[in-house]
Amino acid sequence: MELNAKIPEGPLASKWSKHKFNLKLVNPANKRKYTILVVGTGLAGSSAAASLAELGYNVKTFCFQDSPRRAHSIAAQGGINAAKNYRNDGDSVHRLFYDTIKGGDYRAREANVHRLAEVSVNIIDQCVAQGVPFAREYGGLLDNRSFGGSQVSRTFYARGQTGQQLLLGAYSALNRQINEGAVQSYTRHEMLDVVVVDGKAQGIVTRDLVTGKIESHAGHAVLLCTGGYGNVFYLSTNAMGCNVTAAWKAHKRGAFFGNPCYTQIHPTCIPVTGDHQSKLTLMSESLRNDGRVWAPRTPELAQRLRKGEIKVEDLKEEDRDYFLERKYPAFGNLVPRDVASRNAKEAVDEGRGVGGSGIAVFLDFADAIKRLGEDAVRAKYGNLFDMYYQITDENPYKHPMRIYPAVHYTMGGLWVDYNLQTTVPGLYALGEANFSDHGANRLGASALMQGLADGYFVIPATVGDYLATIGPKPVDANHPAFAETTKAVKERIDKLLSLKGNKTVDEYHRELGLIMWEYCGMARTAEGLAKAKGLISALRADFWKNAIVLGTNDEMNQSLEKAGRVADFLELGELMVDDALNRSESCGGHFRVESQTEEGEALRDDENFAYVAAWEYKGDNVAEALHKEALVFENIKLAQRSYK
Amino acid sequence: MSGHMNLTLKVWRQKNENDRGGFITYKATDISPDMSFLEMLDVVNESLVKRGEDPIYFDHDCREGICGMCSLYINGRPHGPKRAITTCQLHMRSFSDGETITIEPWRSAAFPVIKDLATNRAAFERIQQAGGFVSVGTGGVPDANEIPIPKVIADEAFNSATCIGCGACVAACKNASAMLFVSAKISQLALLPQGQQERYQRAQAMVAQMDEEGFGNCTNTGACEAECPKEISLTNIARMNREFFSAKFFKEEEIR
Ligand SMILES: Cc1cc2nc3c(=O)[nH]c(=O)nc-3n(C[C@H](O)[C@H](O)[C@H](O)COP(=O)(O)OP(=O)(O)OC[C@H]3O[C@@H](n4cnc5c(N)ncnc54)[C@H](O)[C@@H]3O)c2cc1C
Ligand code: SF4
Ligand code: FES
Repeated sequence: MELNAKIPEGPLASKWSKHKFNLKLVNPANKRKYTILVVGTGLAGSSAAASLAELGYNVKTFCFQDSPRRAHSIAAQGGINAAKNYRNDGDSVHRLFYDTIKGGDYRAREANVHRLAEVSVNIIDQCVAQGVPFAREYGGLLDNRSFGGSQVSRTFYARGQTGQQLLLGAYSALNRQINEGAVQSYTRHEMLDVVVVDGKAQGIVTRDLVTGKIESHAGHAVLLCTGGYGNVFYLSTNAMGCNVTAAWKAHKRGAFFGNPCYTQIHPTCIPVTGDHQSKLTLMSESLRNDGRVWAPRTPELAQRLRKGEIKVEDLKEEDRDYFLERKYPAFGNLVPRDVASRNAKEAVDEGRGVGGSGIAVFLDFADAIKRLGEDAVRAKYGNLFDMYYQITDENPYKHPMRIYPAVHYTMGGLWVDYNLQTTVPGLYALGEANFSDHGANRLGASALMQGLADGYFVIPATVGDYLATIGPKPVDANHPAFAETTKAVKERIDKLLSLKGNKTVDEYHRELGLIMWEYCGMARTAEGLAKAKGLISALRADFWKNAIVLGTNDEMNQSLEKAGRVADFLELGELMVDDALNRSESCGGHFRVESQTEEGEALRDDENFAYVAAWEYKGDNVAEALHKEALVFENIKLAQRSYK
Repeated sequence: MSGHMNLTLKVWRQKNENDRGGFITYKATDISPDMSFLEMLDVVNESLVKRGEDPIYFDHDCREGICGMCSLYINGRPHGPKRAITTCQLHMRSFSDGETITIEPWRSAAFPVIKDLATNRAAFERIQQAGGFVSVGTGGVPDANEIPIPKVIADEAFNSATCIGCGACVAACKNASAMLFVSAKISQLALLPQGQQERYQRAQAMVAQMDEEGFGNCTNTGACEAECPKEISLTNIARMNREFFSAKFFKEEEIR
């Protein structure tokens, strides 16, 4: 199959407006004859569902939490970017476009990213109109801050809970449509498969998580807004429920998976304390605006510190290595996430780590407190400091925070064309679930922007074109594909429920996570990846023999829910490893040890790897087929990223 | 890394909405004080699964105190003994070795138990659907900075907006009143210029839905405020009452 990204012709800056004009429109009187299934109610799903319902379509939404408002987007802390240039500091659509392409290490599509930068300004207007309480200045206008990897202040924020406030805005828009009867909301429902009829997505199969009821829903289009798959690593900053199941099922039904190995490891998370650890907590990137990252200068000093022979306060200024400031004088502590993470790992690998485990570095606010005063620091970061205190029982106003990188975001996801359509017609992917805009590394505050861009502004325009093409004829829910898919789902559940082994699903998940972190985490080698592949397939085989899955289908059954998700992660993990193995260059968050500059920075190989890797599922235990979408850069000159 | 704490848990177990349910006692052993309360339950659940017993069902997702999913009634207090945090942020260092801990679901007729420690909070959804929005569609809105808002007002609205919809206020209240939650939602929009056009209608619609859901009355005891993990204040309730009565007074005819 030839991949067609459907990027519109013409100059970059006018592609989107021209494209919108060329898209077919659905006759307003016909809109209510179409049903659109929106799976996921995070920023991408809620904004899409509300906007489509406003246009007149029938919409059904699905989420596995008990309320759309609890989607993982709620947890985003730091902020959302937009090229408003309210600060007069030289920002523009083009600069946001440029920063995003460069930040993504030249592995994203120019046209998508430019569109994202264009609509970013509308997002802020939309949210404010809904009543989203962004931070303001005394003059009553919106406040901005600069955020990881950017030299302009274009990030809008709402204390440390931007995600919650944006999601509550989108959720309120969704509620208005539910109130009007235009949206039916299904909560505590998990999508377990896509129904494909004659090559087109025409429905989904869901399980009611309370009663266990398996049913199918028919629709003219299916939108997957199901978030990222960072939990394949077991420990990540993602919510506990985040999983790949929806995307993975779609993949097995014909949707290609784009760049699965592109994972973002966030530099500032609270370090692991023990085996009981169930998730990791992010300390917002905004902390790097005032916090300084450092490690003891020598392994000896670090060791004495760990043993408690000396205290942090005893370390003299010259014994503290502010390694980001030292190596990247231009960006200092604000280098992009991949760079910051790798450097923290390097310090730890050199034996200069701190904390009980030695797997952490410091994030120090002593200077900021001296310069601005404790109250000012509290006003800016109070809730984050409290959270840190709560978790570690250590007062960050008095001692430097201990931080270490953790899995945070997945740039990879379902391959989509410019219209956000996957390789299955009628099946779309929005938000973190798609691969589209961040290349090999996402800039801070850009995921919220992308989720809302996709939902509020892109999909309402592009899905209409498809719907107009297929026409408003009702979907035939009696087509055998519905019964067949439902049966397949039930069979898989039965198979899972028959597992009465001796190892818990969590144990498998944890083991998979360790393999992924060790071999497909911050530094990857051909040798390690090859090893990981064997380990994962052995683990998967063992899972299907020895896992314990309790209970029945007809009840609330967390054992079954988890088992289904982990089974999918066990398949995804292997594809991530294949992808990482195939891409023998380094780029962004994907660091192949074999491919680095003399200074140890990620070294791209543009000649051979300036493409999107889109993987096609070929059957169980069969190698997936690789398709390449060449990335063409007409507006930006490819360069070695430098933050020196 | 396991720890040294050993605890006795009295946990509410209930198969489904129709089951009567009751307390079952479990031992939690080798618990580390660094574990979160939910991680302690994870440990107990792992051992139950190993023994082939149904693990304890409890709601949770973000484990960062923001999604509002977690909802445990611990030793007679929603979200446990510490002020201003959610269950998922509670750590075992807040308990002592040898302690007996009672764990129940939220108790309220409007939040029926669906399994063990999880309840159905759909009533909150319906209240928000009734009017918790500004009627603006996507697109065609003014530039964000054309709506200046004094910082003090924005901050006050923000305080109301921090509500995570967990329902602890209802669980804390002897009347199972939902006033704190509903008033936080109404206040946010009542304070902001964007919310003015529909403020009276919104207050009436949301209060009507609240009444319909069977939540109790407010008798100003303040238990909700004391237990709210986000420190939503009682002034929201006063503000809501004002909104509601002004709505009745001025706008009766216009309200659907
Ligand atoms: C701690 C943290 C902080 C962050 N901070 C920022 C930030 O400051 N700025 C920024 O830009 N980005 C941030 N991010 C990233 C950003 O929050 C996410 O990428 C983004 O919110 C994802 O939104 P989404 O709508 O794509 O998916 P999600 O919000 O993850 O929503 C997924 C939805 O899909 C549903 N779902 C999933 N699978 C199924 C299924 N099988 N059946 C039914 N429903 C399903 C879920 O119920 C949920 O409703 C942060 C991420 C984390 C982890
Ligand atoms: S008011 Fe407080 S206790 Fe009540 S739902 Fe909101 S956050 Fe929870
Ligand atoms: S699990 Fe999200 S608030 Fe506790």
